Amino acid sequence: MLSYILRRIAATLPVMAIVALFVFSLLYIAPGDPAVVIAGDQASPEDVDRIRQSLGLNRPFLVQFGSWVWRILHGDLGTSIFTNLPVSAMIGQRLGPTLSLMIVTLLLTIVVAVPLGVVAAWKAGSLIDRVIMGFAVFGFSLPVFVVGYMLAYVFALELEWLPVQGYTPLTQGFWPWLENLILPAIALGCVYIALVARITRAAMLEVLQQDYIRTAKAKGLGQGGILFIHALKNAAVPIVTVIGIGIALLIGGAVVTESVFAIPGLGRLTIDAILRRDYPVIQGIVLLFSFVYVLVNLMIDVVYTLVDPRIRY
Amino acid sequence: MSEDLLRIDDLHVAFSTRRGMVEAVRGVTLTVKAGEMLGLVGESGSGKSVTGFATTRLLDAAGRVTGGKILFRGQDVTKLRGDDLRQLQGAAMSMIFQNPRAALNPIRAIGLQIADAILTHKRISKEAARAEALDLLRAVQIRDPEQRMNAYPHELSGGMCQRVMIAIAISCNPALLIADEPTTGLDVTTQKVVMDLLADIAAARGMATILITHDLGLAARYCRRIAVMERGRIVEEASPGKLFSAPQHAYTRRLVAASPTATSRIEDLVTEEERERYNAILDKPRPVLPHGTPPLLEVRKLAKRFDQGSAAVADFSMTMAGGESVGLVGESGSGKSTTSRMICRLIDPSEGDIVFDGQSIGHVASRDFHRSPLRKEIQMVFQDPNESLNPRFTAFDCIAHPLMRLDGMRTGEALRQRVEECAQRVGLPLDLLPRFPHQLSGGQKARVGIARAIACRPRLLVLDEPTAALDVSVQAVVLQLLDRLRRENDIALLFVSHDLNVVRMLCDRTIVLRNGGIVEQGESRALFDNPKTDYTRRLVEAIPHIETGPTLAAAL
Repeated sequence: MLSYILRRIAATLPVMAIVALFVFSLLYIAPGDPAVVIAGDQASPEDVDRIRQSLGLNRPFLVQFGSWVWRILHGDLGTSIFTNLPVSAMIGQRLGPTLSLMIVTLLLTIVVAVPLGVVAAWKAGSLIDRVIMGFAVFGFSLPVFVVGYMLAYVFALELEWLPVQGYTPLTQGFWPWLENLILPAIALGCVYIALVARITRAAMLEVLQQDYIRTAKAKGLGQGGILFIHALKNAAVPIVTVIGIGIALLIGGAVVTESVFAIPGLGRLTIDAILRRDYPVIQGIVLLFSFVYVLVNLMIDVVYTLVDPRIRY
Repeated sequence: MSEDLLRIDDLHVAFSTRRGMVEAVRGVTLTVKAGEMLGLVGESGSGKSVTGFATTRLLDAAGRVTGGKILFRGQDVTKLRGDDLRQLQGAAMSMIFQNPRAALNPIRAIGLQIADAILTHKRISKEAARAEALDLLRAVQIRDPEQRMNAYPHELSGGMCQRVMIAIAISCNPALLIADEPTTGLDVTTQKVVMDLLADIAAARGMATILITHDLGLAARYCRRIAVMERGRIVEEASPGKLFSAPQHAYTRRLVAASPTATSRIEDLVTEEERERYNAILDKPRPVLPHGTPPLLEVRKLAKRFDQGSAAVADFSMTMAGGESVGLVGESGSGKSTTSRMICRLIDPSEGDIVFDGQSIGHVASRDFHRSPLRKEIQMVFQDPNESLNPRFTAFDCIAHPLMRLDGMRTGEALRQRVEECAQRVGLPLDLLPRFPHQLSGGQKARVGIARAIACRPRLLVLDEPTAALDVSVQAVVLQLLDRLRRENDIALLFVSHDLNVVRMLCDRTIVLRNGGIVEQGESRALFDNPKTDYTRRLVEAIPHIETGPTLAAAL
């Protein structure tokens, strides 16, 4: 098992290398001379030249790429063109809020979506199934920002149950931290909950038709034992897969959600960096997100082996 | 009567389908006394399993008891609800199923699965339940029970899985066990071991058993009383001897006739109307091949090793003449399917060569063989006609596909004629051609599979258990069809099967495989009448024969 994980980590290296190459090329895929683009409309030719020099843009592409990778391997993501701060420090500041938001959303999704899917499958065709699946369609259809503004209006402005926006670090207490994340997590989780609930229902329906469920009934097991001990674990592989894939969804959604709820996270940083054409920051963030995603995929594969003894690597 | 453990009285069960309610059981009446083993025999769709499921209250959501009573110890099972029902299920009454591997939870250790049943019905600690589970594994004669407790179903053989199922079923000492096709899909030798075990346990514990099976021979061997079902009704109930020597009902007579026995010939399975036509084919002299004709197929020292472990097949050699039929028999794991797939060029041999009609094809990679002109000469009929047809292809598409791929035919009149001709040759009514597999019966699907295989006029047909999933009466028809095709078109048949009776009827020669090697081979009838090795003898003896000998007649 350990050797498998090590091999998998080794196998992520080429993936990360390709991602890095792509991320680095961003600068060149954008139309025009990068130095001119970065310098902006009002820059003098001297400014452009200075930027070109400082970024090393006058050197050949591969040389630039090589030295960039070399610096990244040493933990140096470069310096922001706009703030002149190290990119790694900027990301470090913003990591906490985004990580918090994603973890709360993930937990919320699992706690809400999986039981909903199980109940829908158990009562397939009934009114409760149709209500749950109806909500799922809603969740799919409503964009994050619509849900976000609606939630903020109802629960924060009208009812004043929760803060409208902002973020408090966990170091200042659990409730203040959570309080600020509830509405964003619901807004961000909507699509995700809908997706996971639907997949759970489909996977459970499939499993509930299997012969071993009939065996469990023949043994006289109660409904709870059948659903949660025998069926859910057998349905887990597709559910875990979708939860993992959904993390990519969360990364994209976080950018919008953070804007709506004014959370000072990576999403906001991303938008700011794009608007300012702060290429080193964009590159750093994309690289980080790719790395997280590759890591999540590895974790999913490891979870498979815990769930299903037939899967061995 | 008060001594009846179970009394089913005029039971009706219906299923709601898209086309309205369909009655699966229409008025079944039957009794089971404490401790007796009753055989419930019938073909698929006869309602025998549905009767079993209704009794244990395991009907699908779509199925409903629409009439009648099921009295178990005087209590009407059909009216039980909630806890009363669960106290019955798995405790006083339990069930074992067909396909034991699917009936066990694939990701739960078998020890836990047995303990589940115990803990549901007894107020004991987990440790005590585990100890009981271990005792049960011993009772069903599983070797190294301590280690097996933590095994998962995929680590056990089919026979072992069925023993685990029996352990689960008897865990709470039920008064009634319903065994639904408990050994279908298992080897004959495993079948015998499992059934002997089941009979011993039932006798030792005074447990009444209903054996639901399509195999008359099996029921005859283990049951004193057999009820025959047809279309939701019991048409005849008698002792096995009486049933075979003097079947009363027309359906029973048909069933008895279609069941292959140790002495039956393929001609015996033919219905009266067909016999004349069949005899004409039989009388037609087979073309005598001139001496020195090279064999159609020659297999030389074939071997197959999978990733690790020992060889699945080793040093397998054989020859086949054109139009000859050869049977390949053995238990599961003996390498018979692997061998047939290598000969079909679906998988690559590790060693050895296959020569077809003078051309070496053993070294053509299997993934390239579809481009070989010999692809259409060697065709295959697969085991389960339900699984091996594309559900999105109509019968017509299915037969037309190889013609388009291998014979280069284009959509049009010529193709339609060829497909219709194939359908006619296998006796598939032409109006069924636009249908999809789920709209066809098992026998019709088998015919589509055969029509597809013979569409390109192959000279060698490899059949992997083509009738294993079929009812005996359908099997009889398919066997006749294959035999007729062979005689009419001179197609050589390589017939892979664990059903020795069928092989003996259909094949000129038989090869017995064990652990990937040939144990014995020879002319079929001689081989089965006088097996030379213990292994073959055990295989032959394990077949549940319908005994019509004088001893049985005398006992009546």
